[in-house]
This record gives sequence, C-alpha cells and structure tokens, in this order.
Amino acid sequence: MTTNILISELRKNQPRFRGLESGHRACLGCGEALIARLVTEAAGPDVMVANATGCLEIFTTPWPESAWRVPWVHSLFENTGAVAAGMEAALKAQGKSTKVLAFGGDGGTFDIGFQALSGMLERGHNVLYVCFDNEAYMNTGIQRSSSTPHAAMTTTSPPGKMRMGKRHLKKDIVSIVAAHHIPYAATSSVAYPSDIRKKVRRAMAIEGPTFLQVHSPCPLGWGYEGDQSIAVARLAVQTGLFPIIELERGELASVMPLREVLPVSDYLRTQQRFRHLFVDDLRAREELEHIQALADHNIEIYNLRGVGLDAFDSEGMDTVRRGGGRWA
Amino acid sequence: MLEALEGSQAVAKAVALCRPQVIAAYPITPQTHIVENISKLVADGKLQCEFISVESEFSAASVVLGAALAGSRAYTASASQGILLMGEVLFNIAGMRVPIVMTCANRAVSSPLSIWNDQQDSMAVRDAGWIQLYCSDNQEAVDSTIQAFRIAERSELPVMVCMDGFTLTHTMEGIEIPTQQQVDAFLPPYKFSRSLVPNNPISLGTLVSPEFFSEARYSHHKALLNAEAEIVSADRDWAALTGRRCGGLLSVEGPEQSKVAILTIGSVLGTLREALRELPSGQPVKLISLRSFRPFPVDALKVACKGLDDVIVLERAFSPGSGGIVGLEVLGALSELANPPRVHNFAAGLGGRDIPLEILPKLLAVLSDPGDGRFRVIDVDLSKLPVEDR
Ligand SMILES: Cc1ncc(C[n+]2csc(CCOP(=O)(O)OP(=O)(O)O)c2C)c(N)n1
Ligand code: SF4
Ligand SMILES: [Mg+2]
Repeated sequence: MTTNILISELRKNQPRFRGLESGHRACLGCGEALIARLVTEAAGPDVMVANATGCLEIFTTPWPESAWRVPWVHSLFENTGAVAAGMEAALKAQGKSTKVLAFGGDGGTFDIGFQALSGMLERGHNVLYVCFDNEAYMNTGIQRSSSTPHAAMTTTSPPGKMRMGKRHLKKDIVSIVAAHHIPYAATSSVAYPSDIRKKVRRAMAIEGPTFLQVHSPCPLGWGYEGDQSIAVARLAVQTGLFPIIELERGELASVMPLREVLPVSDYLRTQQRFRHLFVDDLRAREELEHIQALADHNIEIYNLRGVGLDAFDSEGMDTVRRGGGRWA
Repeated sequence: MLEALEGSQAVAKAVALCRPQVIAAYPITPQTHIVENISKLVADGKLQCEFISVESEFSAASVVLGAALAGSRAYTASASQGILLMGEVLFNIAGMRVPIVMTCANRAVSSPLSIWNDQQDSMAVRDAGWIQLYCSDNQEAVDSTIQAFRIAERSELPVMVCMDGFTLTHTMEGIEIPTQQQVDAFLPPYKFSRSLVPNNPISLGTLVSPEFFSEARYSHHKALLNAEAEIVSADRDWAALTGRRCGGLLSVEGPEQSKVAILTIGSVLGTLREALRELPSGQPVKLISLRSFRPFPVDALKVACKGLDDVIVLERAFSPGSGGIVGLEVLGALSELANPPRVHNFAAGLGGRDIPLEILPKLLAVLSDPGDGRFRVIDVDLSKLPVEDR
C-alpha cells in the first residue's frame, strides 16, 4: 500500500535528532547556523557544548529562549577550550562517556581563544573543537581577524589610498593545531554537508582532542545575497583558496581533490569585501595576482588537482546542488 | 589529631578531605605550595581526582567552571596576578552562580612587582560576586576551606577563601586536621541544580536584554545577602562536629566595657592580640575580626559596634585616589546606628612590610589626635620619597 505524503510532512515525521532548532535569529543564509545544525545532528544527543561568544552564541540564545536541544553553555569569548576541558575532566571523573563539543568563531579560535585551545589540545582532552570560520569578527560588526583573507575589506581593514584591505595573510590554523600532534584535525565547508557529517562522525569516534575548521559563509560580512551562501562557499573550495584536508597526528592524511580548478576571481567577484580588487588599478591587479598565487600554492602543497572523475572530489561529493532533494 | 603543618600543606589536606573531582591550577607565589601538595596527594593515590595543570590562571578558572557545570566538585587556588588574570572568568562564574571554591593566597599586585603579602588581589575582585572569607590563622584556613564547599553548594555561589601569603601559607603551626568521617558527615556529595546533562538539555550563559538584566543582578545581590545565613550555619554546624569555629561573619573579643575597637581582616589579628596583651592596663580595647567581607555583614557589624566611641579599621589594601576599602564600608554600615562611633581608617603591611607589635600605640594615638579623620597609610617613611611625592 502506498501513502501520499508531502515532503514537508515527511520531514516533520522523520525521527532525526536535531541539536539546533529553527526559530533562532541568524541572518538569512548564515553559514554558522547550518553548520551548527549539521554538526550536532551528526554528533547525536549524547553531547554537551561549550560555545564561545560570537554570532552563533548570540543568535541562538536570547534569554529566555534557546534554539539548542543539547546541553549548552556560553562562558566567555576566549576560554572555550578551557571550559570544554573542564567539562571533559568532570565527565571523566564521573565515568561518563558523553562527548564534549566546543564551538568557536574564527576570532574566538585563531585569536583571543588560541591559548586556551592550545592548552586543551596539548593536554589531550577528549573534545571535538569546531571552528566556525567566517573570516572576521562578525558579531561586533565585521572587524578583521587573523583568519580574514589577504586583501579582504572589513571595518578595520578598509581599503583606501594607502591600503588594499587586509595587509596580512590568513593564519594557517589547521596546521598550527595539527602541530600539536593531535589524532585528527580537518577542514570542511558548509558547501559539502556530507563531508561535514563524515568528519564529525570520524572525530566523535576518536578518544582525544580533534579539531574541525568549517568554512562558514556570512552574507552580511562578505557582502552577497543570503541565497548564494552555498555557491560562494563552493567557489572558495573550487578555486583552491580553502583546501579541504584531513591531518592525522600532524601528517596530511587526505584531501578533497578539485575536479576542475576555477580562477580565484570567480570567487572574489561574488563578494563586496573584495570589490576594491575589481577596479582598473595596478595595485588591484597585483593583489589579484597575489591571491591567485596563494591559491596555486595551496593546490601545489596539498596536491589538490584531481585526476579524472572521483565520487569524493569537489564536484562528485554530495552537495546541496546535487543532493538538494535529500537535504532540503 | 594535632599536626605540625605548613599552612599550604594543611589547606591541601583540607581540600583533599572534601573529595573534589576536578582541580585546575597554575603556579604563582605564594600559592604554589598548595597546588604542589595537592599534586603529590594525587600522585600518591591519596586523592582521586582529575588534576589539570593548565597553561594559565585564566584557563584554571575556566576549567573549574566547566567542571562544576558538568556535575563535579571543583577547586582552584591562585594569588595576585593570577587572580587578576582570572578576573573576567571570576565575574562569569559568579554571575552564572556556580559553586566553586578557590583559595586566594593573598599577595600584592604589580606594579611595583612584589611577591609578598597584602590583600590588594582579593580586594580588587570584591565586586566579582563571590563570597569572600578571610582567615586569621591556619586552623581557620583549614576549617573555612571545608565550610566553603558547603556554603558554595548550598548557596550556589562561588567562595574565595583568602589567607595571607607567607604569613599563613608558609608558616608552620599546630593544626587539627579533621577526620574523613567528620568531613563526610558535614559535606554531602556534590549536587548542582543546573548541571549539564544530555537527557535534560538546558542552555546556560545566554544573552540577556535590558528587560531582564536588572533582575538578574538583583537576584545575584540577594543571593549573596542570603548567603550570610549559610556562612553562619556552616560555622555553627562545624563547631558542633569539631568544637572549632571560625567566627561566622565576624568575631569580637576583648573587654565588654571597651569604648574602642580595632577592626582587622586576616592574619594581623594575631599581632594585635599579642600587642594588646602587652599593653599597660588602662585602655580596654576590643578586637573585631571581619571574616566575611562578601557578603558584607552590616547587621552583625552594627551589633558588634553598638555603644563604641571609636572604631579603628586596619587593612592591607586600599583604593588609590580614594582610600581604605574596608574602612569605607565599615563607615557606611555604622552610619545606620543612632550614635555611630568615629571610624579611623589605616592601611599598613603593604607588599609584605612587617606589621610589628609597635603598631598598636600608633593606632591608638589616633584617639587623642584624630587629625583630619581621613584615611592614612600608617607606615610610610616619607624620607624615602623624592620631595615632590611626599
Ligand atoms: C574579552 C572580549 N573582547 C571582546 C569581546 C567582543 N566580541 C564579542 S564577539 C566578538 C567577535 C567574534 O568573532 P568570531 O569569534 O569570529 O565569531 P563570529 O561572530 O564571527 O561568529 C568580539 C570581538 C568580548 N566579548 N570579549
Ligand atoms: S552576521 Fe554572518 S555569521 Fe553572523 S548571523 Fe549574520 S550571517 Fe551569520
Ligand atoms: Mg568570525
């Protein structure tokens, strides 16, 4: 017997665990909200979360409301690694196996919370740390962080007569984290949901510190329309600017190959934060060349260029575009 | 059983008797002996707990916060620069109303750098929303540490047990260490009403709009005021069990008919006690030892000072550009009395400067020559300063 059922009904009836509910106050198309949902869904209900100050914290928990269905605590901006470490130590003392997750923005991870993170990694706490990398301090109104890409415009790295946006390079956080020789460190992107799920599941199974840096497009901070988030995030991967890699005990273990490498301008052009690079100006042309060189360097050191068709490459990997029906 | 122990060693034993499950700390003089002793107890298998040697005091405070939220009894200890580095977390712990116990081995704050004792560190964080108990000797440090866990867990507030660095932490005394049975009878296993558990997920530390913020702050204030009762009852119950008390909110000693009292906070009490014993008879003086600085025991203080003509407040820290910290609060509290005593306010013993017995006549001299009545640092040698700074 067959029954007709609406897709929306089906979704409602699906007994799938959700760690983050709808109704939160993220901007339309926010990468962080989607990543948080994917990560908690893959991690399952036997977790507790320590969340750094930042957009994710703010938009999910305006008192007296909360969008979380997992035990969740926000303490401060820069101590998430340490709070998570304390939670893990307590669970260990009590003989419980609940996994501790730590969530931080790029600011809370690369910059101000870096010391607490490093301590947590060095001491080997059994915590999965997820960095929501939207490449600036979004919560305070788009200021540069050490994750902001070279030449990007933020409110504290504005272009002008003397400057072409951010002067410095994006910090290579995953390598720095991996240099702690933790069991598992990886990058992922919200453009590849099943890659996120796979990596979360992998990290959940590991006893020890694990780290996942997820590229998290931000329509407000990057300057594009909210319905373009996935497309923009995909371009970051397809151009080689955001390599998707896995590192085990500090060594490169796998990469997501690029079936077709696109020029960086395809990615940069989609966003207002790079608009000063698309004027007829020598400095702008030089910066574009510089950014292309950065992408080329990534492709070379990580050997990103794919060879032929691969179900797990940048085009074959399950994406919203291909599997839209499944994840809608 | 009476044991000859260094203050730090005794506190470490007291902490262990409380069966903490998570301890996190970072070394700083004069707190180091406490955490070293605890580490040894853990290494020898005498204390079963997760001991986390963190990379900073900021993380020490954050680790114990996470641990207490995840359902474990947690302890840390620090001093001076460490307390200030913890500053942001201290406010956060208290605002979330998480029961944690910390020992502050009181030390001066840089600059100028000093590793020696005063109480500028704990005084600097007096507004963090923690209960603060000050110890006048090492027996009190032991007993207050054990009481602190009960007070913290019953009132759902963090407690800072303040003991003077070196004067107490590094001094040997004969100390009565309670038995495990006594402590177990006094302190039930840790239970926190807002623990994080997967089958009952709650969100803590959320963003609060102006619509709710005043209420949150008010309820925190109220919780601290209400904690007075827990501090008193913990001391009373502990006395019933061990025969020893720490003075509840404050303690008063000396002749009933005294018209003068000296109010102190911390270990200087011992010095004054001895100095008074040697004082030629004639001047009856009471000694008031303030144990609870937060909550500030206004009512108990009013009772203690009723009928006095003069209260001399001697403290080991001050607020530059204003004056005494304890003194100002005493003045405020006593102003509620119908005939308030005069309050004279001195700081002494800063950055480890010795407070000798001869301080007593200097303090009492204020009775015949009150000067302008303003706060004074009592033991400044102006000849050491350039003329323009005198
Ligand atoms: C000690 C401290 N300094 C500054 C701030 C202000 N602040 C709050 S969130 C934030 C930026 C967050 O950036 P990020 O970690 O990248 O998260 P995002 O908002 O981008 O998700 C800043 C600067 C703070 N809360 N605490
Ligand atoms: S500013 Fe960016 S990161 Fe923050 S909620 Fe909006 S889209 Fe998300
Ligand atoms: Mg950010």
